[in-house]
Amino acid sequence: MNYWVVIGVSFCYLALLFGLAWWAERRSAAGRSLVSNPYIYALSMAVYCTAWTYYGSVGRAATSGMEYLAIYIGPTLMAPLWWVVLRKIIRICKVQRITTIADFISSRYGKHVTLGSIVTIICVLGIIPYISIQLKAIASSLTILTGKVSETEVFPDTSFFIAIGLGLFTIVYGTRHLEATERHEGMVTAIAFESVLKLVVFIVAGLFVTYGVFNGFGDIMQQAAQLPDFEELITVNNDGNYSQWFWMVVLSMLAILFLPRQFQVAVVENVNELHLNKAMWLFPLYLFAINIFVLPIALGGNLLFADATIDADLYVLAIPLSEGQSILSLLIYLGGFSAATSMVIVSVIALSVMMSNNLIMPVLVSVPAIKNRYSNKLTLILVNSRRFCILLVLVLAYLYYKYVAEYYSLVEVGLVSFAAVAQFAPAIIGGIFWKEGTRYGALAGTIVGAILWFYTLVVPSMVGVGMLPETILNDGPFGITLLKPFELFGLQGMDYISHAMFWSMFLNVGLYIGVSLLTRQTSQERNQAEVFVDIFKYSTIFESSIVWKGTAYIPDIKSLLVNFLGKRRAETAMKAYHRKYPGPIDETGKADPKLVTYAEKLLAGVIGTSSARIMVSSVVKEEEISIDEVLNILKESQQLISINNELRRKSMELRKATEQLRTANERLKHTDELKDEFLSTVTHELRTPLTSIRALSEILYDNPGMEREDQEHFLHTIVKEAERLTRLITQVLDLERFDSGKQRLHLQPLQIKDVISESVDALKQLVQEKNIDLVVDVQQNLPDVLGDRDRLIQVMVNLISNAIKFCNPEQGRIIVSGYFIDGDVKVNVADNGKGIAPDMQKQIFDKFYQAHNQNLLKPEGSGLGLAISKRIIETHQGRIWVESEPGKGSRFSFVLPAKVAAAAT
Amino acid sequence: MKKQNEKLKVLVVDDAPSILLPLEFMMRKNGYDVFVARNGTEAIESVNKELPQVVILDIMMPDVDGYEVCQYIRSKKEMEGAKVIFLTAKSKDVDIQKGYEVGADLYVTKPFSPRYLLEKIQELTEG
Repeated sequence: MNYWVVIGVSFCYLALLFGLAWWAERRSAAGRSLVSNPYIYALSMAVYCTAWTYYGSVGRAATSGMEYLAIYIGPTLMAPLWWVVLRKIIRICKVQRITTIADFISSRYGKHVTLGSIVTIICVLGIIPYISIQLKAIASSLTILTGKVSETEVFPDTSFFIAIGLGLFTIVYGTRHLEATERHEGMVTAIAFESVLKLVVFIVAGLFVTYGVFNGFGDIMQQAAQLPDFEELITVNNDGNYSQWFWMVVLSMLAILFLPRQFQVAVVENVNELHLNKAMWLFPLYLFAINIFVLPIALGGNLLFADATIDADLYVLAIPLSEGQSILSLLIYLGGFSAATSMVIVSVIALSVMMSNNLIMPVLVSVPAIKNRYSNKLTLILVNSRRFCILLVLVLAYLYYKYVAEYYSLVEVGLVSFAAVAQFAPAIIGGIFWKEGTRYGALAGTIVGAILWFYTLVVPSMVGVGMLPETILNDGPFGITLLKPFELFGLQGMDYISHAMFWSMFLNVGLYIGVSLLTRQTSQERNQAEVFVDIFKYSTIFESSIVWKGTAYIPDIKSLLVNFLGKRRAETAMKAYHRKYPGPIDETGKADPKLVTYAEKLLAGVIGTSSARIMVSSVVKEEEISIDEVLNILKESQQLISINNELRRKSMELRKATEQLRTANERLKHTDELKDEFLSTVTHELRTPLTSIRALSEILYDNPGMEREDQEHFLHTIVKEAERLTRLITQVLDLERFDSGKQRLHLQPLQIKDVISESVDALKQLVQEKNIDLVVDVQQNLPDVLGDRDRLIQVMVNLISNAIKFCNPEQGRIIVSGYFIDGDVKVNVADNGKGIAPDMQKQIFDKFYQAHNQNLLKPEGSGLGLAISKRIIETHQGRIWVESEPGKGSRFSFVLPAKVAAAAT
Repeated sequence: MKKQNEKLKVLVVDDAPSILLPLEFMMRKNGYDVFVARNGTEAIESVNKELPQVVILDIMMPDVDGYEVCQYIRSKKEMEGAKVIFLTAKSKDVDIQKGYEVGADLYVTKPFSPRYLLEKIQELTEG
């Protein structure tokens, strides 16, 4: 394929990416952001899959078998833990305006400049090899595609121009905005697009190899089974290198969190913490999808190129090429190109921010001469220093590629980078979960870990390319065998990655914890430790919980902001501040501690936390605060929040209580009305017999000569009315006792049969007088009920006398029955009277039902009988009701729980 | 006391037999022509039929209450000049006021003195 065509296509592709990014940023400016979407977020995380995955996994699978899977298992295992670890890191970074991993560590340990610089240096040293393998992948894929052997001896070869091209592209891409906390929406969109492209193309390549070249998975496997090393490749190696699997999984678990590019896309570019929820399953799914065809392609390559000397890393491209599929090959080349460029762009942006904020700025801002001279050009210096760093990193990566990476596989170099960033794990994980970690612990652990990483992984690779004598590997430096880089302190039997990880992590963790326990934190550190570990407690109150004491003047703070943000943005920021904390604005007076913190955070977004700290303290007269004060201030703000919550809860309780009081009051009012009504009904009911007695007596007194017959009639009525009065009073008192709960029942086991017959006996005379047919039908051997004999008789008498009163006046018929049903004893009293209308059947159990409905004939009785019966039955845990068909009669029933033990006998 | 040819017609209305008993006895003994009604409907029938000069009215009765019966009497031309006396257990001020508003000549609360009631009725019919 024509060399210049491929180069042209590559640059067209970059132009497409740029167009996409530009379009995404325009959309975002118009308020229709593409990036605030969990799918874009998850896809941008797939920047994890670089040329290493795209080309290297196949190479690894072809030479070492299943081992390639380890670095995808790690992130998959890590994903569920993101909710615990990554979410916390995201929250901390948002609150503290942290933009890089170096900033993160330095910020946690008191915004310490040295620590930030060291982390930056480790990152640069660790990531440059990784970037170099992307260059290598692009260069070798270009070579195999065009057949043009890269002239290794010529200095500005193709890969140099690729490196410079990518550098310029990244500069245009990444340094358009000054403040690093501002998200690069265009970049994220482009990265997400590249993730889709590389996945789709890789799967297409896999399908082509599996179904186009071979005849499906089975065919490849069958043919590959003939290969001599087949068994070794498709089984997990069992000759004791489980430790290699273990360390690779651990490495990749840490890499997915701490690689600068992962930190960039997962933390800095995160729009919404909730997007993590989707990414937690989408990202592992992506890893799974991109790995499906790795083994078929690897085995297919081994079969097709059994004799040829084709680098296994390039099988993906070599197979379609050898089949003459030039368009497909070009597409696959672009997929690999996109995997490489996405990694390079994001990594280089992250590294350049780190370098300018942690290496260059601290020097600039702490040397007064420079600071004063260039104070009005700081923004320009900052942007240009970043641009310089981008180019520097790419040139270094090119040099590494040229002199080292050429001799190693993609995966071997990549793992070295993984091991470098793994050195941050103790300081970060410890920093967000353990308040006691100190900056000396972090320094000791990280430095020693990095030195061991360098000695056990980088030094051997330098030996490999001839930069150092081979005796170091074989006999140890200066002949000290204990210091052999692959068998440090005599540790043997581990592969070199496991060996390096073991020693570096062992000493790193040990020193971090040990030194932390032996040293003390400064107040600044203590403050940050509190905020980091308890971020979910403090994040909402961060700005108001100022742990800062000193004097600052508003003009100083303002000029600081103007220097770094420019005049326009500084003014916007001040306005935003005043909107957030309204209050009198004194342009020349002392600055509020809140303003100082606010300004420091703004600066941190531009120049990193430690430089921002230096800048702010240069214009502020600070006083040292004791650790106790720090804790007190933080606790106070914490308490304020809990007091607020408490208040809110209290006021809600109050509102609820008021509501309850109101309803209770209404109920009381209603009860009061009922009581009034009851009272007036009672007095009315009392007045009628009283009136009669009074009037009759007076007439008797005034007319001594009355006829005998009239006299007797009068006296009889007086006696009857007096009886009625007595009965009424008794019943009213009864009712009141039941209603107030004062009524006591004298419970005893009794036979309902006895109650019925006693009641019937009491009314026998009345029944006979009225010539009523009364039938009593009670089941034999009924179980006992627990009841108050006199009260139950009262109920029965009431029901039967009602039946007598209301039954058919000509042919009265009453049936009283009793039987056992569903664990209850049931009693019915049925009459053949005119019945009760359905809507009345409940009301008749109310007090003075008769009195309220005087349509009913009221022969006798107080109107309280049924109300009392109802209360008696209910106090016995029973139930009373009436069924009636108007015109045919009524049937009153009640049930009482049977005494079960007695029922059994 | 009264001349026989001027025998006055009295309608006594109450739903309680035990109250009708002394009223009926007292009025008859004192020379009135007594009619009895047990509820509002009966009262109106009796008014139409007998055109009594005196009506003694309970208020709380089934169907038509005493106030309505009184209003009916007051609206009836033939009943002009008839005396209406409420005899009731309702003793609140508002009830009494309402009684006079609907056109009562006298309002007596229960329990009552037959002697006093009789005197009042005589005063009303003679004056």
